[in-house]
Amino acid sequence: MTQNWPLWEVFVRSRRGLSHTHAGSLHAPDAEMALRNARDLYTRRNEGVSIWVVPSAQITASSPDERDPFFAPSADKPYRHPTFYEIPEGVRHL
Amino acid sequence: MVAVTPETGQDRALADAFEAAVAADERVEPRDWMPEEYRASLVRQMAQHAHSEIIGMQPEANWITRAPSLRRKAILMAKVQDEAGHGLYLYSAAETLGTSRDELLDKLHAGRQKYSSIFNYPTLTWADVGAIGWLVDGAAITNQVPLCRTSYGPYARAMVRICKEESFHQRQGYELLLALSQGTEAQHAMAQDAVDRWWWPSLMMFGPPDDESAHSAQSMAWRIKRHSNDELRQRFVDIAVPQAETLGLTLPDPDIKWNEERGHYDFGAIDWAEFWDVLKGNGPCNEQRLSQRRRAHEEGAWVREAAAAHAEKQAQAHVQHEEARV
Amino acid sequence: MTATETTHATPAGPSAVPAAALALGDDALVLSHRLGEWAGHAPVLEEEVALANIALDLLGQARVLLSMAGDEDELAFLREERSFRNLQLVEQPNGDFAHTIARQLYFSLYQHLLWTELAAGQGPFAPLAAKAVKETAYHVDHAVQWTVRLGDGTEESTRRMRAGLDALWKYTGEMFRPVEGVDVDGAALEQRWLAELDDVLSRARLDPPEGPRTGAWRAGAGREGLHTEPFGRMLAEMQHLHRSHPGASW
Repeated sequence: MTQNWPLWEVFVRSRRGLSHTHAGSLHAPDAEMALRNARDLYTRRNEGVSIWVVPSAQITASSPDERDPFFAPSADKPYRHPTFYEIPEGVRHL
Repeated sequence: MVAVTPETGQDRALADAFEAAVAADERVEPRDWMPEEYRASLVRQMAQHAHSEIIGMQPEANWITRAPSLRRKAILMAKVQDEAGHGLYLYSAAETLGTSRDELLDKLHAGRQKYSSIFNYPTLTWADVGAIGWLVDGAAITNQVPLCRTSYGPYARAMVRICKEESFHQRQGYELLLALSQGTEAQHAMAQDAVDRWWWPSLMMFGPPDDESAHSAQSMAWRIKRHSNDELRQRFVDIAVPQAETLGLTLPDPDIKWNEERGHYDFGAIDWAEFWDVLKGNGPCNEQRLSQRRRAHEEGAWVREAAAAHAEKQAQAHVQHEEARV
Repeated sequence: MTATETTHATPAGPSAVPAAALALGDDALVLSHRLGEWAGHAPVLEEEVALANIALDLLGQARVLLSMAGDEDELAFLREERSFRNLQLVEQPNGDFAHTIARQLYFSLYQHLLWTELAAGQGPFAPLAAKAVKETAYHVDHAVQWTVRLGDGTEESTRRMRAGLDALWKYTGEMFRPVEGVDVDGAALEQRWLAELDDVLSRARLDPPEGPRTGAWRAGAGREGLHTEPFGRMLAEMQHLHRSHPGASW
């Protein structure tokens, strides 16, 4: 049974200079095999230069129930964004 | 994973919020609240889709060892490999709904979940590999492109990847048939015979007519599905007819005719008795496909167990090593 | 089919490159075919993808090599069994997964050493070898990972891995026989192969197989066109469609 083969999340860096992004998941008996399976599955069309694998069980995720307390408070602070500020026309390098 | 039937007021509010989000074309993500029927519907559809990918490897793998040129052999191997990969993406996406690949495979092996009936037809000649690519993959792509925008996030993302990879599948099939059609007389006949056998089953891939489709209406409302069976079937016919002309092959339906008024091709009546019969398990290859799948799974059990046992030993050794250091 | 007639190790003449390309190309072609037979039968989906990747790498190598010797399809599909120059090792049937892994381990360790050697040289195979050595490094890794897991897994897997290694052992000596046009020191290659194998087997907690490392009836048999019975059947399947339509293009 693959029940003993845990699920792994795969993150691929598509080229140098970019961060790793989630590509998908797969089953593997251990980390070494997970890395190899990820290489075979998620980079066979030349999609990556680096791979991370993480046991799915090790990921702690924010809960959708907490979405409001977590994320709503940051919605009303537009002064954190540069577009908030009015600058006279013609001022450069700002 | 919380799944509640909306009985209490709070649940009713959740259900309303869900319906509103789906109606606004927002994506549903794994840990979001969702109606139990939505979850069940998705698991059923994704499982069937995943099973179709891995059972679908068989009719084509049947020709890997006999491919008539090394170029074709490489193409076919890469294609069958993609199908394994697609099955894998889809099982993974289904797992985000709280099921497991093992559970889904067990259901497939026990005959409790379906796969696409098209794969219960045999690949009798090399041209069948081309017909599968052109017609079967063509029909599949027509079905799948709208799924890239399906309401469940992980399914939609898997489909984006799959559609991107599938585009070579259909083209290689078309190119293969074109080579045969323009080849020797025997090759041309082989291609025509394959198209004659695969055309109608391909039309059946879109499922029963809209008024007889059990799950369609609800799936459309939830935006799991975005177009009706008949709509997609018509779209496929409209695309395939001119492609057949370029191939120099005929489609086995004397009723195919351009309908100026509708702006579509008319086509003949589908033999739904055959469809239901194959679905019930009476197709030419139902038993063969399922028993090969079961055999591969059973014969692989010792390999999967060995790797798990090794991982367990390594983990134990690691713990002991850490303890010794303390 | 000009190149196929040169079988005996004569001083490297103009036909040496095609002859060598044929020997190495047949190895890759035949092993790729055997791996292709796994499609739809692998023990787990992830392994379907892995085995197909290796098969595709080998098929790619085969096509380059056969093209150095002539027309790739003519050579693959129109030669008789006795004209193939591949090692007997690669034509052996798949058996169970452990058997396939044993074959992969023996062959990919050898092929990796060979490509490394040829990539470092200036010969006609250097450009291909430079690319192939990376592919083969991965094949070695795949075989090693599985040998270790099966060797040191369950009782059953240990028994099967052991059986696979033992059964194929007698075909491993042939790999180090000189091949006309392949500029490597076979004896040195063999020493490194034995050392690397030893290392893998000890990680897998397996003893090295014992017994002779060449077939009883002729050393270097595959390279001389002497094959084992299953090979004829494999070719019959591989060639029948192509041969049924003489002159057709696909």
